Amino acid sequence: MVPANRRGFHFDNCKRNELLESKGSITAKFTKTGTTIVGLIYKDGVILGADTRATEGPIVADKNCEKLHRLTENMYCAGAGTAADTEYTTNMIASKLELHRLNTNRQPRVVTAASMLSQHLFQYQGHIGANLILGGYDINGPQLISVMPHGSTDKLPYMTLGSGMLAAMAVFETKWKPNMERDDAIALVTEAVSAGIFNDLGSGSNVDVVVITKDRTDYLRNHSKPNQRVPKQTSYKYPPGSVSVIRKEVRYHSNANQSPAAVVPEVVMSES
Amino acid sequence: MGLKPGEVSTGTTILAGKFKDCIIIGADSRTSMGTYIANRVTDKLTHVVDSIYCCRSGSAADTQAIAAIVKYELDVYATSHNERPTVKVAAKIFKRYLYENKSRLTAGIIVAGWDHQDGFSVYNLPVGGSIHEMNLALGGSGSLFIYGFCEEMYSPEMNREDGLKFIRTALKLAMSSDASSGGMIRTAIIDENGVQRDDVLGSDVKTY
Repeated sequence: MVPANRRGFHFDNCKRNELLESKGSITAKFTKTGTTIVGLIYKDGVILGADTRATEGPIVADKNCEKLHRLTENMYCAGAGTAADTEYTTNMIASKLELHRLNTNRQPRVVTAASMLSQHLFQYQGHIGANLILGGYDINGPQLISVMPHGSTDKLPYMTLGSGMLAAMAVFETKWKPNMERDDAIALVTEAVSAGIFNDLGSGSNVDVVVITKDRTDYLRNHSKPNQRVPKQTSYKYPPGSVSVIRKEVRYHSNANQSPAAVVPEVVMSES
Repeated sequence: MGLKPGEVSTGTTILAGKFKDCIIIGADSRTSMGTYIANRVTDKLTHVVDSIYCCRSGSAADTQAIAAIVKYELDVYATSHNERPTVKVAAKIFKRYLYENKSRLTAGIIVAGWDHQDGFSVYNLPVGGSIHEMNLALGGSGSLFIYGFCEEMYSPEMNREDGLKFIRTALKLAMSSDASSGGMIRTAIIDENGVQRDDVLGSDVKTY
């Protein structure tokens, strides 16, 4: 053990964990949102889309989670990777942007958010597993920036991220064109996320969409629900009296402090 | 290259050469994540300050972060010294970051440009933090395929057109042999009057 007066970090547990792992013990795993997130720029703004499945290994942890995070009124962020990291990172940046807005009395810019995110993620050298698509509208018009866990950024007119990125990109690469109309763009985003939902095991359930324009942001929660649960075709509820009573018997537990008469027997049984 | 798992890399070909009356820098436009092309229109020719540019190769996160820090530091340098920084100063600041953090970084950078003091200069800063002043600097995974071509064809006496043709052909050859280089050929011609940028497809460049 480390003496109490020694300051700084100590890494004794790293060695222990390595040893434990080499001996085959199970180490803790994070909840990773096997995900499809997409974003594109269209004629008057930017659209983000996401599926709503959260997984813990092979288990679906949440069938209708939210992967589109609000940063400001004019900026949203779609997150893939470690669920806790995307949630915490976007919340922290949202808070910093709100204080920045109050301090400067100006609408925050997309590049500001992108710098904050990339510098934060670079500082943690990839240990924060947040894959983000940042979309927003500011004085420089509609913008779309992706931020990877190690802190690198890319600026593109359309992008996909998460385990379903290949399926979604296949749709974008065949159908995306510059200056699309709003309805066509929403339909394309929905189609790209749906491709992830249906072809990628890590993605599923519904499609969330957010449309950000110059002076309006529309959050379309569960814009498409292609995996609705339908009612069971047959009822498995048995009508009363389906089971015949063979024997009826009432037994009282003898209690030292209670006379049998004090215990009220509550036995309801159907007779056939 | 010693990338961390899941890291985005600019598996790259970058090139910068000194010519008779200009400097030409060039790069492919591919960014890969393992076998997936994360960006096929990447701009690896990053503006630093005035007429000084850098070509980035290695980890995207590392080189973007360093370029941003050096850009900031040179802005501070310019205001506090009341003097435009030279390419040499820029290269030495890059070198300081690469050398002092060599165990943490995967970054190979070429710094090139024009300044009032030394005119045209090209500095190659490979992984590890050494610094080399050169006439022609090559970098990235694709550069290995074109050392022979460059040795044979390059001359500092080339004019602007021949220089551009040489840079584009070299990049085209590298992109055709190296799997992690590809996409477009981006170039920038730097002289005392400013910078002229051009992008072409690899298929549009004729070989000799």
